[in-house]
Amino acid sequence: MAEISSSLLDRSRTVAGPGYNRWLVPPAALAIHLAIGQAYAFSVFKKPLGALLSGDVDHPAAGDWTAGQIGWIFSIAIVLLGLSAAIFGKWLERVGPRKAMLAAALCFGGGFLLAALGVRLHSLALVYFGYGVVGGIGLGIGYISPVSTLIKWFPDRKGVATGMAIMGFGGGAMIGSPLAVALMARFNDVAPQGVAPTFIAMGFLYFLFMQFGVWTIRVPADDWAPAGYVPNQEHSALITDRNVSADNAIKTPQFWLLWVVLLCNVTAGIGVLETASPLIQETFSDKVLGAGRGVTVAAAAGFVGLLSLFNLLGRFFWSSASDKLGRKVTYALYFGLGMVLYALVPTLGHNAQLTLFVVVACLIISMYGGGFATIPAYLSDLFGKYQVGAIHGRLLTAWSTAGVLGPLIVNWLSEGRKAEGLKGAAAYQPVFYTMAGLLVVGLLANFAVTPVNEKYAEQGPVTPEAGGH
Amino acid sequence: MNSHTDSSPPSAPAEASAGGSVMLAWLFVGVPLAWGVFQTFIKALALFR
Repeated sequence: MAEISSSLLDRSRTVAGPGYNRWLVPPAALAIHLAIGQAYAFSVFKKPLGALLSGDVDHPAAGDWTAGQIGWIFSIAIVLLGLSAAIFGKWLERVGPRKAMLAAALCFGGGFLLAALGVRLHSLALVYFGYGVVGGIGLGIGYISPVSTLIKWFPDRKGVATGMAIMGFGGGAMIGSPLAVALMARFNDVAPQGVAPTFIAMGFLYFLFMQFGVWTIRVPADDWAPAGYVPNQEHSALITDRNVSADNAIKTPQFWLLWVVLLCNVTAGIGVLETASPLIQETFSDKVLGAGRGVTVAAAAGFVGLLSLFNLLGRFFWSSASDKLGRKVTYALYFGLGMVLYALVPTLGHNAQLTLFVVVACLIISMYGGGFATIPAYLSDLFGKYQVGAIHGRLLTAWSTAGVLGPLIVNWLSEGRKAEGLKGAAAYQPVFYTMAGLLVVGLLANFAVTPVNEKYAEQGPVTPEAGGH
Repeated sequence: MNSHTDSSPPSAPAEASAGGSVMLAWLFVGVPLAWGVFQTFIKALALFR
């Protein structure tokens, strides 16, 4: 039995036959990303997890977990996402996407089950280990599992293909949040806050949903290409027809420049996401707009929802646009336009321009999402498709770094201003100016990207099976 | 560079079957995504009230 399962999962068993339609690959990838994107909705568990003993979210008991302690669950998961993507990238290239997706489903689903046990026993360490460590490994493997396969199926539309999958990560939170709320309400009578049974249900549901991706995904034959496809039709020096291994890629300055590019883009985006709700409420309060006209808590939640929508749309729109504009130009646009928009935010706040403020924030977040979705295609342009999944995995350590750095910068800058008695736009002004400065760094790093020196390229033909050597 | 392409025309029943699979696959992921987007959109409407 084990032998049969193993052979069914082998890369060789996933090579597509002649009649396979490549448009089946994006939904397979989406099934994985829509599931693991749930991580971005983890905040929905914050209050219930903090009231497991008291049973009242507004009045936690002495032994209840604090918001700070609970916040670490998500942070650990994001750090593990980056680390596991970096560590398992080469393994994934060797064994193929099916085995990797199954591993991701087992870790992500299993992480929920371990976390449920942690909640049941009120052991925070077990929740950290379950959702944070095991689930985080599932996030990392799952995130990169379809990337190189998509790029191989869509060499003519790399941005569109990876944009569709990575859009799923943005969409996952939109499904995960209302689903968790509904399940907790359903199980509220069964267990404290309904959290443990919700974790169990979500673990099984997501595991099953991910199976669609596991069994639908196929890799193209080595000599396959779309009809009429001519490699590097754009004749861009930044699009290589050579292949660089993951081990060699990290020796190139281009890899580290893109690492800085991703770090700056994500850190700046986190600046908006972290402050979105308090920023809009404090900046456009009743005092500013007039009694009864200020932004309420519900409206602020609506603003956060709107940002999620633009995060999702930006992933697909900008990544697809990069197929036409070129990756370097697209990132120059993210940083150049982003810089102006970030610097505008405090001014719009001071002038009480609510509509413009919302439009600018949505544009900023669309480019934040676009930055995530465009990076795999940029890597494929520079390093070839040979081990692009593994290279992407290593680059995601920039995301982990930004996940820690972003909130630190935001809290340090805004809390300092608030301690001085400043409120609203004034309190967040340094945050946005600092983020605009970060985008200048990203812009310079992007400008410095040049074609990779040929000495790093593999000599002779490369095979996926050699990925782990 | 590549000798094997998808340029050979598939037979009509094979094409219809492939098209059906693609549609079902997109529905499988599209329906939950559309539900999530709808829920978020409803929430976002509060901003404009």
